[in-house]
Amino acid sequence: MIDRPSNLIQLLVYAVLAFFTVITLVPLVWLLVGAFKTNEDFFGYLFFPLKEGGLAIDWARLTLENFRGLFFSLNFGNYIANSFFLASVTSVLATLFAAMGGYALAKFQFAGRQLMLGVVLFAIIIPAPLLLAPVFQLIYQLNLLNTYTGLILPAMAPAFGIFLFRQAMLNSVPTELLEAARIDGCGEGRIFLTIVLPIVRPMVGAFLLITFLGTWNNFIMPQVLLQSEEMFPLSVAIAQLRGTYSTDYGMISAGTVISIAPVMCLFLLLQREFISGLTSGAVKG
Amino acid sequence: MSFFSNRSVQVAPYLFLAPFASVFLVFMVYPLFQSVILAMEQTFGPEHTQFVGFANLRYVFGDPFFYTALRNTFIFAAASVLLQMPLSLALAMLLNQPWLKGRWLLRLIFFSPALVGAVFVGVMFSIIFERRTGLLNVVLHRLFGFSLDFPWLQEYAMPAMIIASLWMWTGFNMLYFLAALQNVDKELMEAAHMDGAGPWDRFLNVTLPAIRPIGGFVVLLSLIGAFQVFELPFLLFDGPGVDNRGLTIVMYLYQSGFQLGDLGYASTIGWILAIILIALSWLQRRLSRNESYS
Repeated sequence: MIDRPSNLIQLLVYAVLAFFTVITLVPLVWLLVGAFKTNEDFFGYLFFPLKEGGLAIDWARLTLENFRGLFFSLNFGNYIANSFFLASVTSVLATLFAAMGGYALAKFQFAGRQLMLGVVLFAIIIPAPLLLAPVFQLIYQLNLLNTYTGLILPAMAPAFGIFLFRQAMLNSVPTELLEAARIDGCGEGRIFLTIVLPIVRPMVGAFLLITFLGTWNNFIMPQVLLQSEEMFPLSVAIAQLRGTYSTDYGMISAGTVISIAPVMCLFLLLQREFISGLTSGAVKG
Repeated sequence: MSFFSNRSVQVAPYLFLAPFASVFLVFMVYPLFQSVILAMEQTFGPEHTQFVGFANLRYVFGDPFFYTALRNTFIFAAASVLLQMPLSLALAMLLNQPWLKGRWLLRLIFFSPALVGAVFVGVMFSIIFERRTGLLNVVLHRLFGFSLDFPWLQEYAMPAMIIASLWMWTGFNMLYFLAALQNVDKELMEAAHMDGAGPWDRFLNVTLPAIRPIGGFVVLLSLIGAFQVFELPFLLFDGPGVDNRGLTIVMYLYQSGFQLGDLGYASTIGWILAIILIALSWLQRRLSRNESYS
């Protein structure tokens, strides 16, 4: 057994880790505090505004004005709802179709299987920016500009997800179990929903989260495909806010906090599944 | 009955793959062909197109803005990945110490910035880098007496982008390295220790070879991501920045296609980006193959 390092070295390691923790968290804390500050206090105080002469926090100077402005004059409630709608629908469809595709490639022998595997890998490596202009043109020709359908359709069956689900199902779903269910007269759709999906439940959770986050944070597609302001998700709305209110730091902080907080909370609730799902592809693949 | 269920077993995989296959055909294969045609056209919005042949390609190689974008993107990708990899690996190795307490919490904290989308990181750092009120200048001023007016967003666009991307991605890559470190052979490590190999020798000869496969994959993924950087500078500088210091390839593609309305030129830029990325992947494969033979 390699010796436990000396106390001094252990202390040093903890100090370095503490330093990185501070660097990671301070920007977020600063943003959160800033969301409750007036613009004048942004100039006067780095974090909380303090009472005169003392070290105590002057709670009375904190304000909800920034949030009031965002919700009542700038329609941020609507943008939050849009982001939630887009991210939920996209992630549910993407997870369902990715799991279906992954299942077919992992557990069936059929003509064209090798070809489809190649197609999936090919689809993964196509860089998204290359498709930006032609997909915009196609969405325009399909008359789907400025609709959520135009945003959801191209994103609803991600090749990356098919690959992840295939890897997850190859060994964890026993083929004998599927055969037994078939002999019992269970239909293929029911086998998938009631036997296969429950076995890969952690992967389902992880992929739901990955696609929810990805859609929530996606900027370029909604920016390019949506035109009317009342349809914007938060990512596009925040870019407009940054453009028009670039010196209203309190407002920008509050808008960013509103945009980050929901996904942070969701992640904290489900983080175990998320991390294991995220790294499983790398380790096994 | 058995005949019927046999039939359904044969049909099922095609049905399961149908959603992916249709999306792939409609939103990837067709646009991919279309992008080749577009690259030979000049368009004014999606309605008006004009065939120009190889004029786009000739133009792009003499386009000073494209060169600026290319140079900025290369510098950003190289610098951010070169700084990120050792930092991520170092963090992972610190977290991998068996005696460490609170590993679970630290891992969570370091990873959390990756959840924040590039758009939001861009907005957030645009006020962090602000001159008199921004977090960074105020902290540097109070600790080291640096100038409060240090013009991050105006003069030091590239360092600003790199700092923001480090904050965002270091913890994310740390996760992959942490997974990779589980491949290190503990017995080999102990044997090396018994033979008197120092920490640096053990790192070079035991740790590094064990994490090389995943390490190469992480480097490639980071480079591919860095070459497609767009939202971060677009939000940091509210556009390409002073003197186009924050202009990147994808930002120039976006400007050409959607602010000027030339989808043809945007597709030309897209193909150059794709070729760069393919070359990178090929290079990485070559390098990792050579390593495993040696």
